[in-house]
Amino acid sequence: MTDAAQILKTTADSGLGHLSVQHVHKVYDPHGVHVEALQDCSLEIPSGDFIAVVGPSGCGKSTLLNILAGFDNLTGGRVLLDDEPLATVDHAPRPGPDRVVVFQNGALFPWKTVLQNVVYGLLVQKRMPESEANDLGMELLAKTGGLDRIANSFPGQLSSGMQRRVEILRALINNPRILLLDEPFRAMDTVSKTTMHRHLLDIYDQYHKTVFFITHDLDEAIFLADTVVVMTTRPGTIKLRLDVDLPRPRTRETITSHRFLELKQQAVSAVHEEAKKAFERGERELA
Amino acid sequence: MAQTASMSRKPSLWRRIKWRGIASVVAFFVLWHLAVVVKFSGFAELPTPIQTLQTFFAEYIVNPDYWASWVVSFERVFYGFIIAQILGIPLGLLFGTSPKFRDMFFPVFELLRPIPPLAWVPISILFWPTNESSIVFITFIGAFFVIVINVYDGVGGIQKEHLWLARSLGATRAAIFRRIMLPSVIPSIAVGMTLGIAITWNVVIAAEMIASDSGLGRMTWEGYVSSTPEVVLIGMISIGLAGYLSSITVDWVESRMMPWQERR
Repeated sequence: MTDAAQILKTTADSGLGHLSVQHVHKVYDPHGVHVEALQDCSLEIPSGDFIAVVGPSGCGKSTLLNILAGFDNLTGGRVLLDDEPLATVDHAPRPGPDRVVVFQNGALFPWKTVLQNVVYGLLVQKRMPESEANDLGMELLAKTGGLDRIANSFPGQLSSGMQRRVEILRALINNPRILLLDEPFRAMDTVSKTTMHRHLLDIYDQYHKTVFFITHDLDEAIFLADTVVVMTTRPGTIKLRLDVDLPRPRTRETITSHRFLELKQQAVSAVHEEAKKAFERGERELA
Repeated sequence: MAQTASMSRKPSLWRRIKWRGIASVVAFFVLWHLAVVVKFSGFAELPTPIQTLQTFFAEYIVNPDYWASWVVSFERVFYGFIIAQILGIPLGLLFGTSPKFRDMFFPVFELLRPIPPLAWVPISILFWPTNESSIVFITFIGAFFVIVINVYDGVGGIQKEHLWLARSLGATRAAIFRRIMLPSVIPSIAVGMTLGIAITWNVVIAAEMIASDSGLGRMTWEGYVSSTPEVVLIGMISIGLAGYLSSITVDWVESRMMPWQERR
């Protein structure tokens, strides 16, 4: 096993990355408009689990992710990471390299090359000297489908799929306890999406990080995750928790398997119910 | 993917020269010539392009006073422009990053901004000890407000995901300012520079006509006063060339500032 692989597996190997979301409430502007984004939201994510959260737009799934990432505080309940408080009402969460986000619209720094983007975290945290960080970055890029050949390109020169892969590595190289993915493949066509699923699963199978993946695509959720969680429309809470017992590694055959369709059937009505509610409410709010 | 984009074949030399552009420049001079020859309304007093060129080669190309006018105007533009960058970029950043500072000083800034640079001429002459410093000041005014507004705007346009991510990755406030915010506003600084250099040339020429005894603007004005239209035309063409050279230089500097952006 190579250095990079060893370093990046240490959190998972030592059983870190267990996330516990307990009765979380989130109200925006409590003394004004009072928008309830999350209501009594509870969720256990064991270390190394791939969890996909599905729900209609505006259901608060991004709010939950922002709380986990430390960009937003909560107004009730608490979140524990490996039994230590990550966010409570009195203790606003802080962002940290153990929980790095991949955003839906991409947030690579356009003025940095691919390699500079990937090693940025290692350098600002002063974890290692620059030459060592660059070596590790190159190794990780090379191990991930030969991305080392674009190491000196700028993000603007890459396709969105490539950009997203680099972003995942930029998060991964910090050896995080959790990878937070906020609809990372939303704007992609089906073929690119399928390719990206393959790449993401390769990374997951290799490093076994806890993954918190937000999407509104049920097929994507079932194909990727160990657990699919369906959220209700605002105020968001957990409507359904579905254990996906499809064997890994997942392949193209997985999608057409009988079990896949069964699971989809279990979730689809819940998803549609909530989507319909959100849609109707959207119309009311406009009217 | 990225690599294939640059693989496209280079266009031929003929295409790169852009023959349409050359044709239109030639047509411009031919029309000017014809208009003078047929004494088209207003053109009767003007020299032909050939006469202008003759005067230029006979009296100006080796004339040190002429080249001194170039140098003087360029110096004024240069100092005004540079000082505007040095003061304007930090001020724009302050407006963008500190709400307290903005609340306190932005209203004054907005009050002064609409005043055209040339309206500053009288006060500037009274205020500054030398004529030279007052012209540089007016030139500075021309570029200053544009650069401040653009940088301020650029700070507001920084992607919040970039800032969030930098914090996630462990960057300190100082690192976020230097490594995220500054590079993010470089494109806005570049826009400010492009607009600023054009305005400084506008301003310096007018200021020279009003309040100076040197420079390309003054030379052009003197051509009018002494009823020598050749000089006026030589002055105008020189100003056009000077502005064009400045713009290319600024474009070049901008491309060096932003190696990540595709060339236009």
